[in-house]
Amino acid sequence: MDTEITLLVDGERHPLVVDTRTTLLDALRERLRITSPKKGCDHGQCGACTVLVDGRRVNSCLVLAVTVDDAEVTTSDGLAAEGEHPLHRAFLDNDAFQCGYCTPGQVCSAAGVLAEAKAGWPSTVTDDLTAEDVDLTDDEIRDRMSGNLCRCAAYAHIVPAVAAVAEAEGVRR
Amino acid sequence: MTTVDRILGAGVERIDGPAKVRGTAPYAYEQDPGEPICHVAVVQSTVNRGRITRLDPTAAEAMPGVLAVLTPANAPRLGEGLTSDLPVLQSLDVHYQGQIVAAVVAESSEIAKAAVGAVAVEYSAHEPDVVLSADRPDLYAPDQLMAGFETDSVIGDVDGALAAAAVTVDATYETPTQHNNPIEMHTSMARWDSDRLTMWDANQGPHTIVNDLMTAFGLERGQVRVISPYVGGAFGSKAFTHPNQILAAMAAKVVGRTVVFELTRQQMFCLVGHRTPTIQRIRLGADAEGRLTAISHEVVEHTSRINEFAEQTATPTRVLYAAPHRRTTHRLARLDVPPPTIMRAPGETPGMFALESAMDELAHELGIDPVELRIRNEPERDPERDVPWSSRNLVACLRTGAERFGWAGRDLRPGVREDGRWLIGTGVAAATYPARRRKAECRITGHGDGRWTVEIDGSDIGTGAWTALTQIAADALGVELAAIELKIGDSDLPFAGGAGGSTGLASWGSAIVLTARDVRRQLDERYGGQLPADGVVVKGEVPGPSPHAEDYSMHAFGAHFVEVRVDRDTGEVRLPRASSVYAAGAIVNARTARSQFLGGFSMGVSMALHEESIADERFGHYVNHDLAEYHVATNADIGEIDIHWVEEHDPWVNELGIKGIGEIGITGAAAAVANAYWHATGLRVRDLPITPDKYFRDAPRRTAAR
Repeated sequence: MDTEITLLVDGERHPLVVDTRTTLLDALRERLRITSPKKGCDHGQCGACTVLVDGRRVNSCLVLAVTVDDAEVTTSDGLAAEGEHPLHRAFLDNDAFQCGYCTPGQVCSAAGVLAEAKAGWPSTVTDDLTAEDVDLTDDEIRDRMSGNLCRCAAYAHIVPAVAAVAEAEGVRR
Repeated sequence: MTTVDRILGAGVERIDGPAKVRGTAPYAYEQDPGEPICHVAVVQSTVNRGRITRLDPTAAEAMPGVLAVLTPANAPRLGEGLTSDLPVLQSLDVHYQGQIVAAVVAESSEIAKAAVGAVAVEYSAHEPDVVLSADRPDLYAPDQLMAGFETDSVIGDVDGALAAAAVTVDATYETPTQHNNPIEMHTSMARWDSDRLTMWDANQGPHTIVNDLMTAFGLERGQVRVISPYVGGAFGSKAFTHPNQILAAMAAKVVGRTVVFELTRQQMFCLVGHRTPTIQRIRLGADAEGRLTAISHEVVEHTSRINEFAEQTATPTRVLYAAPHRRTTHRLARLDVPPPTIMRAPGETPGMFALESAMDELAHELGIDPVELRIRNEPERDPERDVPWSSRNLVACLRTGAERFGWAGRDLRPGVREDGRWLIGTGVAAATYPARRRKAECRITGHGDGRWTVEIDGSDIGTGAWTALTQIAADALGVELAAIELKIGDSDLPFAGGAGGSTGLASWGSAIVLTARDVRRQLDERYGGQLPADGVVVKGEVPGPSPHAEDYSMHAFGAHFVEVRVDRDTGEVRLPRASSVYAAGAIVNARTARSQFLGGFSMGVSMALHEESIADERFGHYVNHDLAEYHVATNADIGEIDIHWVEEHDPWVNELGIKGIGEIGITGAAAAVANAYWHATGLRVRDLPITPDKYFRDAPRRTAAR
C-alpha cells in the first residue's frame, strides 16, 4: 500500500509517495537519495542510521516513514547548513573515525547526547540520578555513545571528540 | 590545506574527512548510476549439504513490481574457471547453509524482500558436519598455507628437547569462528551498457573484482569497470570477490536495468567469509633461566568443501623467539561451512593468542617476569630462515611499553589484587606482522599550471590511504599537498593490488615514489627542471616484492600492556587502560597511523572478550548472525588506550622504509587481555572469548588455587 507523506529533512520539504512498509532510513536513502545516514544492520543494532527526529536521536531503520510525516529530520549533513558543526570539527581534530561509514550516525548520536545532557537526563553510569546538572565525564560519554558501533574501533578517539564539544557547551566540567 | 614543513610523518588531517563526517562521501550504493535502481533480494538454502529437489518461483514472479526471479533453472550460464562459491545459481547442489538458491529482482527493496518469502524451495540433505575437533580422522595437511607459506616447519629434535627441558608448558588454546562485520555491508550496484559492465562496489581492490567479472561474463579487460573510492570498512572480507558482485552483474544483465544487491547483516555471516576456528596445541621447553630450547605449535582449523583456505596460524611462531628445536604444523578439516576467508591479520591473530598465552604460562612456571622472559628469547637472526632482520625492535617496544604503562615492580602472583569487588591484573604480549610489498603501477600527470594528478588503483578502506598517498606524492614530487590531485579506487586507473596483508601503502607508495623520481629525472633532462607548459605524463611501477626480501627477514613488531578488572561476583571484564607500542618502520601520517594501531588493538580486545560465531551442531547455521548477538566491542568496552611507536629506520623493506600497520595492532592483543585476566583472577582461559560464563565455569579452580 502506498501513502503520500512529506518529509522535512535538513530544512527541506520532500513530498513523496512511500510503501507503508518503508522505513525512514530507506525513504531517505532509496527514495530521496539522502545518503548521510547509513545502513549497517537495518535492525537497530549498530546505530549507523542515527538521525535526529525533532531533536531526539533515533535509529531511522526502526522508524516507519509514514510515522514521521511533517516531523523535522536532521542528518549529520544537516547539522550545519554551511561550514562545519563543532562536532564535525571535533571528529576531524581527534581523527575519531577511519572508514567513515558509522560516522554520520556517531555525529548525530553525539548531538543527541549533548542535548540529553543539557536537559539533565542521567545515564546508567550517572551516580546521582536526581542531580540537575549532568557532567559528561569520559565514562558518561562512553556509555551514552555505546549504541553506535564502530568496527574500525575509533572509540578512544570519539570520546575526546565528544568531550571537546561538551566542554565548549558547558556540559562537562 | 596547510603546508607542513615535513610532509612525510606529519599528522595531516584526512583529506576525505570533511565529507565523511557529514556523510556525503559516496560509498558503493550511494553513487549515481544515472538511472533508477532496481533491487535484488536472495533466497538462501536452509540446509548445509544437499540438493534442491523443488524450486517454484511462480508466486513470486506474479507479484506486482517483481521484474525477474533468477534460479538455477533460468540463470545465465557463467564462464568456466570461477571457484569456491562464485558460480552463483549454476547448479542445484547446496554446499553450505545460506547459499543463494534464487534471487528476486524488483522495483523496490520492499517488494524484493517480500517476494523472497514467496519462493518455494525443497531440498534433500545430509546431516550437517560443522564441528571441528583435533581428533577428527579426516584432518589433512594442505599443500601450502595462505600467502604461500609452508604447511609445516621442522628444525632439530623437538620431542627430545621437550623431554630434556627443565621446565615445560603443554597447553591447547582455541579461538572460535569470527566474522569480519565491516559496518558497511557488502554492496554491489551494476549497470550494463550493451556489452560493457560498470560496478559500484564495496571492496578492497577493484582490479581483483574485475578479474572475476571478466571470467564470469566472458569479458575482455576494458569491458568492466569497478568503482570504489570509499569503502565502509572491510577487515579482509572485501578482499576477494564474493557472490554479491557476480549476482548483481547477472541480475542487471537479465533485467537490463541498474541493479543493487546490498547484503543484509544476517547474510554477512554466510556469503562473504569468516575466520576459521582454531585448535592450537603449544608445547614449550626451557632451561631454568627461561631460555627456550623447544617450541612446538600444532594447529587444527577448518575449511569448506568448496574452497581450501588454510589460515597460516603458526607462522608468527616461526619468527618470534629463538629456540634450537622447533616445529609448526597445520591440519585442516573440510566441513559443511561457508567458505572461510581472510580476516584482519589471518594467521597472526589466532596464532599469537596461543603463543603469547603460552609464553605467559611459561613465565609463571619459571617465576620470571613475562617481559624479561621475552627479552631473554630475542633471536639475533630469523630463527627458521637463518637470515638477518631487516630491522627488529621488539625489545625496544617491550621496554618502552613497560615504562609507559608502569610495569616495573609488578607482583608476579595471580589473583591477589582487589579494589572493592574488582579483581585487578595486568598482562603483556608481543605483536608481529610481516612487512611485504607487491606489484603496483602508477601514472603521474604534471599540468602546466603546477597541479599534479597521481593515479593508482589503491583503496582506502578506512586506512587513511587517501591522505597518506597524497603526502607521499607531494613529498616525492617536491610540491605542496594542495598541488596533488589523487585518484584511487577505480579499475580504470593503473593496476594495483588490493588493500590487504598490510601491503597497501608499502606497494602503492613505492610505485608513486619510483614514478615521481622518473618524473623529476625527465624534467631535469628535458626541461631544465621546469614543468613544461603542456605538461608531462609519466607511467611507472614497482615490480613486486623488495629485492632484499630473500636476504632479510622483514617484520613489524610491537608490545601490548593491559590492565583488566574482573567483577568478583558477575565475572564481568573491564579494560580500563592499555599501552601499545610498535616498531613498524617509518610512519607516513602520525594521525591516521595512530588510528590504525588503535583500531587494530581495540579489535583484539573485542576478540578477547566478545567475538564468537556459534554454529548450531544440529542445524548447521550460525545462530547469532547479527550485531545484537555477535558482540563486537562498543565504546564502553574500551578504556584509555596509549598508542606509541619507536623510531625505526629500515633501508631494506621498500622505498619509504614503511612496514604496513593495518594488522599488527590486533596481533597479540587478545593474549595480553587473557594474560591480564589470569593475573587478576588466577584463571587461565584458553578458549576465547573470555565471557562471564567462563568465570563461573572456571571459578572452582580459582577457589581451589587459593
